[in-house]
Amino acid sequence: MAERTSLAVRDLAVHFEMEQGTVRALEGVSFDLHAGRTLGIVGESGCGKSVTARSILRIVDRPGRIVGGRALLDPGTTEEADLIAIDPESRRMRGIRGGRIGLIFQEPMTALSVHYTVGNQIIEAVRAHSDLSKAAARDRAIELLREVGIPRPELRIDAYPFQLSGGLRQRVGIAMALAGDPDILIADEPTTALDVTTQAQVLDLLRRLQREKNIALMLITHDMGVIAEMCDEVAVMYLGRVVEYAPVADLFAAPRHPYTRALLRAVPSILATPRQRLATIGGAVPHPGARPSGCPFHPRCGDFMPGRCDAALPPPLRPGEAGASCFLEVPA
Amino acid sequence: MNVLEVTDLRKHYPIHAGLLRREVARVRAVDGVSFHIAEGETLALVGESGCGKTTVSRCILRALAPTSGSIRFDPGQGGTVDLATLPKRALRPLRRHLQMIFQDPYSSLNPRMMVGDIIAEPLKVNGVPAAERNARVLELLDLVQMPAVARTRFPHAFSGGQRQRIGIARALALNPRLVVADEPVSALDVSVQAQIINLMLDLQDRLKLSMLFVAHDLSVVRHVSDRVAVMYVGRIVEVAPTDALYRAPRHPYTETLLAAVPAPDPMRRGRQMKASGEVADPAKPPPGCAFHPRCPYAQDRCRVERPELTEVAPGRWASCHRAQEIELTGVA
Repeated sequence: MAERTSLAVRDLAVHFEMEQGTVRALEGVSFDLHAGRTLGIVGESGCGKSVTARSILRIVDRPGRIVGGRALLDPGTTEEADLIAIDPESRRMRGIRGGRIGLIFQEPMTALSVHYTVGNQIIEAVRAHSDLSKAAARDRAIELLREVGIPRPELRIDAYPFQLSGGLRQRVGIAMALAGDPDILIADEPTTALDVTTQAQVLDLLRRLQREKNIALMLITHDMGVIAEMCDEVAVMYLGRVVEYAPVADLFAAPRHPYTRALLRAVPSILATPRQRLATIGGAVPHPGARPSGCPFHPRCGDFMPGRCDAALPPPLRPGEAGASCFLEVPA
Repeated sequence: MNVLEVTDLRKHYPIHAGLLRREVARVRAVDGVSFHIAEGETLALVGESGCGKTTVSRCILRALAPTSGSIRFDPGQGGTVDLATLPKRALRPLRRHLQMIFQDPYSSLNPRMMVGDIIAEPLKVNGVPAAERNARVLELLDLVQMPAVARTRFPHAFSGGQRQRIGIARALALNPRLVVADEPVSALDVSVQAQIINLMLDLQDRLKLSMLFVAHDLSVVRHVSDRVAVMYVGRIVEVAPTDALYRAPRHPYTETLLAAVPAPDPMRRGRQMKASGEVADPAKPPPGCAFHPRCPYAQDRCRVERPELTEVAPGRWASCHRAQEIELTGVA
């Protein structure tokens, strides 16, 4: 991988202090984002994939708290900056958020206000990250809308979000994310709320933008189809940990973690035979507040080794190296 | 024998405007839909949001009053009734034969009732004596693979997948002739979704259930349904046995839908895009075939003349002028 490393996340840990006790939402998450490449983050609900994104951008909601780890922008260069060490309210962090790093939400209305036109909001975002005049920012906003494939952008710029279809709204959401000319994009379930033909169009758009701008894309999804379609590398998460990291072809051809194997077998397939049953994983994802001892997947694991898997956490993955965090990988 | 025969079903919503509130237009949410469900058969109704699939299911359950058309239902007592025109009072004794499984297992169960009472409720309403009710609740819990102790606990004690099992047990309590399932697995995590899909396959086999399965996820549909009806802007564009439809679709919209689903296989990458544009507005459907503005095969005729649903091969129906001359690609 010759590409520049844009962001290096190391040992990120986030706790939620609840009345019932501490919920460890993230427990030492590490990975790298590279320019021009897509890292997929996949997992079921409660695995910590969204908290990871919010931590990098320093927008973790209370009572969540980052208790450890680093998120290094431009690691190894003279410009290196640890986002976890910056005051989240500071001018600098606000410049990075939406500037260097753009965020695309599942539901674009999260990012858009109902009270302002699409244009007002994009122009504001453009001006927050540049010193363009109002008129120049408007031209830039129209250009952005055209770039994300919105027909007749010079008219649509004066529309309110509710006047647009879900697909167009998500395109506006992407235009917003691009307003600060980011080189890192974090997309959190960007197509989950969309219909399948619209999803195909939006994924195509993300792919094109990434290629044109050499963006480092972090794509969070629960959909193995989207992972297969879009990603170069994949991190599989379970209960706040990365349990497997691999190039996408290897992950699907030869998954190494029992959870990844089980998850891939449980996915319904468009290629299924009639009445085909699925392999299932017993039980459900435990509540993050009731984390099992040892490897948190052990109560659901087909390869569970008593005395080993329930006694200690398997060694974490080394960032950037393919592998599984599992005692099957470690000689007894 | 058919449990359900829907003929030329329509549900229109008038749009009123002006001082006299005259009807100025109509949203043709369902516009001439016909299909049948044979005894023991699962028919899937698929399509993107706004296509009218949920409106059809709500008309069958008479949560909505159809504008016109007939819904012949065989309650299994000799003879059929037309659910479309029956007065509400006459519907009540039929409700036990027509049950529903909901999408959201969180909002569909009363949080203040114990699980045993939730499942027993339809039995109680229909005058089943208490002793029999208890035995039946235990039998139903066993059927959906839940422990008997679940009876005395409240819904909040259960995960989403377990709640969906409880909802299924309630729907099956009175041995209904027809089950309408509206997106029953779309709110569940992959690992739990697989369990519920398998459960539905088991129940179809064991109880010879007749089911209308409303869904947008074409992968799930391939696993659970015998036949599939594809809807677009209020009309059925294709009906066929499941495997035939997926392998060799006969309507260009079906081809588009299938191509848009990202397969969980990185080797099949990049075959997603087929149709441009967006789903048409059912208040202003395009003239001729509603799909023509997005159809890569459209000709002049398609822009003016609306195609009827016709039998293009034994058991296969499509509404496309060119169904016999174009070669469409499915997913093998």
